[in-house]
Amino acid sequence: MSFKKEFTKGIIKDNPVLVLMLGMCPTLAVTTSVNNAVGMGLAVIAVLTASNIVVSLLRNIIPDSVRIPSYIVIIATFVTMIEMLMHAFFVELYGALGIFLPLIVVNCIILGRAEAFANKNTILDSIYDALGMGLGFTIGLTLLATFREILGAGSFMGISLFGPQFQPALVMILPPGAFLTLGVILGVINLIRNNKAAREVK
Amino acid sequence: MNYFTLIISAMLVQNIVLAQFLGVCPFLGVSKKVESAIGMGMAVVFVMTIASAISWLVYNYILVRFHLEYLQTIAFILVIASLVQFVEMVIRKFSPGLYKSLGVYLPLITTNCAVLGVALLNVQNGYNFLATVINGSANALGFTLALILFAGLRERVDEMNVPASLAGMPISLIIASIMSIAFLGFTGLV
Repeated sequence: MSFKKEFTKGIIKDNPVLVLMLGMCPTLAVTTSVNNAVGMGLAVIAVLTASNIVVSLLRNIIPDSVRIPSYIVIIATFVTMIEMLMHAFFVELYGALGIFLPLIVVNCIILGRAEAFANKNTILDSIYDALGMGLGFTIGLTLLATFREILGAGSFMGISLFGPQFQPALVMILPPGAFLTLGVILGVINLIRNNKAAREVK
Repeated sequence: MNYFTLIISAMLVQNIVLAQFLGVCPFLGVSKKVESAIGMGMAVVFVMTIASAISWLVYNYILVRFHLEYLQTIAFILVIASLVQFVEMVIRKFSPGLYKSLGVYLPLITTNCAVLGVALLNVQNGYNFLATVINGSANALGFTLALILFAGLRERVDEMNVPASLAGMPISLIIASIMSIAFLGFTGLV
């Protein structure tokens, strides 16, 4: 039961991107293509799971007054590891994510889960929580990237969809498109939620 | 290197929030009131300038010297976190008035990715010390400019009749998008 509860809350009810609005910088910056979005999502899942495990393991050892700096050091260590691994095995993705790879350190989702969940719960629950939250983040990113890549580049995961005569709306993969797409997606989610609430009242 | 070009580029053309997506969380979070936007902006200018300078010194005189460049992320975040704590203590001791207006924003800056991002970019671009300090403060001023403009727009929109499902965050993001288009107009200025 606990698995289902901890795992699913991050995907829908507390989706970090679409509901909690955490980790906005990478969300907006790397969603120019689906490949980048998925790569970023996987990197965050890896760091989040590892840091949740360690924070949960050390939750009775770290004194309360220095907990935040300790979490930051733990997170920064794993981010550096991921960065080096990616540089060694996925050079292209490493180049595409650029500065946003080291910036996972200050991604509020990771510090937020360490503070709000992992330091109070068992290792197993923390792993479920990390996987759920990480997956929710990846889904949010992929959703955003799907719209932006199809509209702005006319392709999906690098595969051209509409042939060469298609004129993509370049603005969608430029910075304004990121804000616009996220704004519209949130508006549609609100619309669905409002309609549902209105129906329940009746 | 032309420092004037650097300033214009960092503030307008490559605006840190609207073109580079650094510091979007405080941009969306602390922009409900112009007053708090000014407070946050001042705090960021203060911290980002000092953080750029110190992280440059740490990188060039400690990390490079001992061949520990791969530790830059950890080193920089520690520099920023302790700097923020230190600045908070100093301001509280010497200037209670300033502390009252900046105090609440200072702790938030540790997780402002703009500060760490600029520190990393300075090193990546191989700037010298002066360029680093100028770039740090110009980026922070660009952040403040965008934040205050955005807060002003949001204050106005709050009083408008916005469709229910767009009220709040969605319409704010669409405003940010339009601002970002406006800032695209600066491309080619440098």
